[in-house]
Amino acid sequence: MAEQKTVTFIITRQDSPDSAPYKQSFNVPYRKNMNVISGLMEIRKNPVTADGEKTTPIAWDMSCLEEVCGACSMVINGVPRQSCAALVDELEHPIRLEPMSTFPVVRDLVIDRERMFDALKQVKAWIPIDGTYDLGPGPRMPEKKRQWAYELSKCMTCGVCLEACPNVNDKSNFIGPAAISQARLFNSHPTGEMNAAERIAGLMEDGGLVGCGNAQNCVQVCPKGIPLTTSIAAMNRAATVQSFKNFFGSDNAH
Amino acid sequence: MAENREFFTRRLHSLLGVVPIGLFMVQHLIINHFAVYGEESFNKAAGFMANLPFVLVLEIFVIYLPILFHAILGVYIVFVAKNNVRRFGFVRNWLFYLQRITGIVTLVFIAWHVFETRVQVALGNAEVNYSLMEGILDNPVMFWFYVIGVLSAVFHFANGLWGFFVSWGIAQSPRSQKIVTYATLLVFLVVSYIGIRTLITFAYGV
Repeated sequence: MAEQKTVTFIITRQDSPDSAPYKQSFNVPYRKNMNVISGLMEIRKNPVTADGEKTTPIAWDMSCLEEVCGACSMVINGVPRQSCAALVDELEHPIRLEPMSTFPVVRDLVIDRERMFDALKQVKAWIPIDGTYDLGPGPRMPEKKRQWAYELSKCMTCGVCLEACPNVNDKSNFIGPAAISQARLFNSHPTGEMNAAERIAGLMEDGGLVGCGNAQNCVQVCPKGIPLTTSIAAMNRAATVQSFKNFFGSDNAH
Repeated sequence: MAENREFFTRRLHSLLGVVPIGLFMVQHLIINHFAVYGEESFNKAAGFMANLPFVLVLEIFVIYLPILFHAILGVYIVFVAKNNVRRFGFVRNWLFYLQRITGIVTLVFIAWHVFETRVQVALGNAEVNYSLMEGILDNPVMFWFYVIGVLSAVFHFANGLWGFFVSWGIAQSPRSQKIVTYATLLVFLVVSYIGIRTLITFAYGV
């Protein structure tokens, strides 16, 4: 019988948020059409390192397994991406897995993306429709615009753009590209635009838009192909106009 | 405005880099280019600039204060970036990195250049004329220091001009940003030529 083919994973692990990271190698039996997550599941079945040492199973985050939830992002062979969509057959071997460095590590490959959700709160990336009475159906959205906005709505808060951005790090308070693009999405919605000025105000707070240094890595790495740099420039323009309205005065400053 | 200090200071930083600092630099290099047409022609032009009415007020508000603000905030901006060109070797990321490197190089160059020329003139140790620059640039080390300094400053201005167009939201679409990239590349080439050509005249008399 032919020898069983194996896949080698070199994984950067960390036992707790404050402990030091270390590397472990694992050989897992190869199966056809494996993705990185199925490799991690194999390790979980039999958590023994390549040196034959018994260890704890790897911790990682995942949910949808079809690249729409953003939970399973990690750095695979140096590239931040979703592990569900990373096919073993298409990767260089051995496969190196690391947690995304921009975010605090919870354990092994699990990171805490809370700063992204805080950023969404800062720019009020939602449409307030709650009231004490039925507010009615709201204005209609042209189909053309809906199709355009759909592209922006693909953001899954996966954190890959923040990982690639040189200005998102522990020395800066920049909220990152994702939330800026979301503010643009909700500002272009016919109901959402009623609160456009509030979102722009969020973008003009500390850590907002001006933290962008136009390195434009975000748009290159976004797994959903969202035009993030166009969104940033669009919100830059909106903030310019808003700041003039605020300073010189305008009845349309809201 | 008080509650959006970072927004205000960063936008001001971007604006000051172009107006007045960038405009001053281009004007400065063009006036210096008179050197290429002969010593007398340079001395006449430099003398005109040095004897402008209210020259000290002009210098303080058009040059010193804007540059000081731009430099101090700029060093902070350099400090808060975590450059990653090795992981993400995209052109724009390199330009982002170079913008920070040339910013620091330009700061060192300008400090040296101002000390050697304007400060010495103010102290009465030198006079603004052709022979002052000839004396400095005669030394090959200084010549190459000036070449690097001028190229850094011009790159920082041209790329910063691109950043200005994006940061103020003038160039939004990828196409317009690309065309502004080419336009600012042209600015870099033309202004660099003007600056370097002058340095060659001072150093080698040709």
